[in-house]
Amino acid sequence: MSTDALLQVAGLSVRYETDHGHIDAIQELDLDLIRGECLGIVGESGSGKSALLLAIMGLLASTARARGSIRFRGTELIDLPTRAFNRLRGARLAMIFQDPLSALNPYLRVIDQLSEVARVHLRCARREAERRGLELMASVHINEPDRRARQYPHELSGGMRQRVMIAMALMAEPEIILADEPTTALDATVQAQILSLLHEVRVRSGASLLLVTHDLGVLAQLADRVGVMRAGRLLELASCEQLFYSPTHPYTRELLAAMPKLRVPA
Amino acid sequence: MIDTPLLEVRNLSVSFSVRHAGRTARLPALREIDLSLSRGETLGIVGESGSGKSTLARTLLRLTEAAGGTVRFDGTDLLALKGRSLRRMRARLQMIFQDGGSALDPRQRIGAALEEPLQTLRPEWPADGRDRRVRELLARVGLEPQQADRYPHEFSGGQAQRIGIARALIVEPELVVCDEPLSSLDVSIKAQIAGLLLELKRGLGLSMLFIAHDLPAVQLLSDRVLVLYLGRVMETAGCEALFTRPRHPYTRALLQSAPVPDPRVARSRAVAPIGGELPSALFPPSGCVFRTRCPYAVERCAIELPLPRTVGDSVVACHRAEDVS
Repeated sequence: MSTDALLQVAGLSVRYETDHGHIDAIQELDLDLIRGECLGIVGESGSGKSALLLAIMGLLASTARARGSIRFRGTELIDLPTRAFNRLRGARLAMIFQDPLSALNPYLRVIDQLSEVARVHLRCARREAERRGLELMASVHINEPDRRARQYPHELSGGMRQRVMIAMALMAEPEIILADEPTTALDATVQAQILSLLHEVRVRSGASLLLVTHDLGVLAQLADRVGVMRAGRLLELASCEQLFYSPTHPYTRELLAAMPKLRVPA
Repeated sequence: MIDTPLLEVRNLSVSFSVRHAGRTARLPALREIDLSLSRGETLGIVGESGSGKSTLARTLLRLTEAAGGTVRFDGTDLLALKGRSLRRMRARLQMIFQDGGSALDPRQRIGAALEEPLQTLRPEWPADGRDRRVRELLARVGLEPQQADRYPHEFSGGQAQRIGIARALIVEPELVVCDEPLSSLDVSIKAQIAGLLLELKRGLGLSMLFIAHDLPAVQLLSDRVLVLYLGRVMETAGCEALFTRPRHPYTRALLQSAPVPDPRVARSRAVAPIGGELPSALFPPSGCVFRTRCPYAVERCAIELPLPRTVGDSVVACHRAEDVS
């Protein structure tokens, strides 16, 4: 295993118990996340890509059971007690979800949600936490941060909410940012803006980005390495260039062939 | 006359009443829309959320009332139809929805669900021929004829969309309006359904309005494309011309925003083509509705509404279309 690995996933299996027997969402998965890289995971519905992120964040449903090992800087995350996990989550491991409206608290103003992260994880006083919140809002290119800070999530557009989510994720200077379909719910022109913002914040912060999506186009733009998942297994993991230009697994080739390409002049 | 379009929309406007700041306000959803569609032609309609794509589909099918303008279908004034004549028209205009599965009754067998439009919209169809027609259609959309006896939950998302297509086609409509028929499907299934629509378009000579935000699918299926933004038409052009020589700055931005599954191309354009987001339709910008996000905007754009005009192979509503390259 690489010594630069920040996160080491080994022999990970995730099984959901249901009334009709069990479902293996992830089977025997090995994966290293290297410091500072963007690792993309692509897969269709049911491939297990979201379960992988939830397992890493310790957010699997109570009906799910994870086995194997997920080590973050030497700490085993599987079955890590909640108190210890709470010190990592939102601080050293941050997550960006597909739908920021359901991930943000509808009763709290933007600035209150942002500053809560600083108060809990950085133990900042109220004024200092709010100052940092405003600074981060400006850094993710939210116009008029002072006015936006006093608004509630429902008053913001989809793109603006995703910028707030990204600002929240960055607050405690995490080492790993996990993102689950962060641009899928957005319109094309706004998706392009958020993708370029994700690239910018990763380079600026030096954090590793683990990005899960069904859209190979998103990974072509952002990922250093790409893993392909299907039916709970990681079928292929390669550098972005290699995966797109000389894929080895037949399913990867199928996915690339099925991916619609726009014929436009370069 | 052979050149009469199957569908001709002139100056169509639609507005909704909404509550805003404690009073009723008028939200213009579509304004002064012009479009035409010939028999056998597919017109792609693209635009982001809030552009009015779905409102356009619903208005053409008389599911939403228009505020003004005319819609002529095969010479008939569609907006004036009522009662029995409207119902007769429904057999000629059908719709394919985004989520085929949710349009089905979970307790009704697929065969019965497919037969229903034949009974209600094509009562002249011989009763003993309906079952054969249902099985024929199932085969036509790539399902097994014996699956007519199954229930909706026994089908996958892709199969449910095939059923939605079969149900729209069973009454032999002359125009099919597809509202985002691919957007809820996985990549490989999406490619299959797009292929099926292409095959049906060619095989049956279907006339279609294909509404989608998925540009590659629009490029695959459309003969011509219309670009909507905040309820107005920005540009209309042949498919080839629109994708190779977009004349409107918004069309250009939209094309450049589409993710490309090729790392070298994707990385060569890491900066987003335009900033900002769609303004509120309640308070649309003066002049050109796109000017607040347009890199080409000048003073004139805020004062004067750009009227559609021919530039190159496009009809484009932009004062500066000649400068867009």
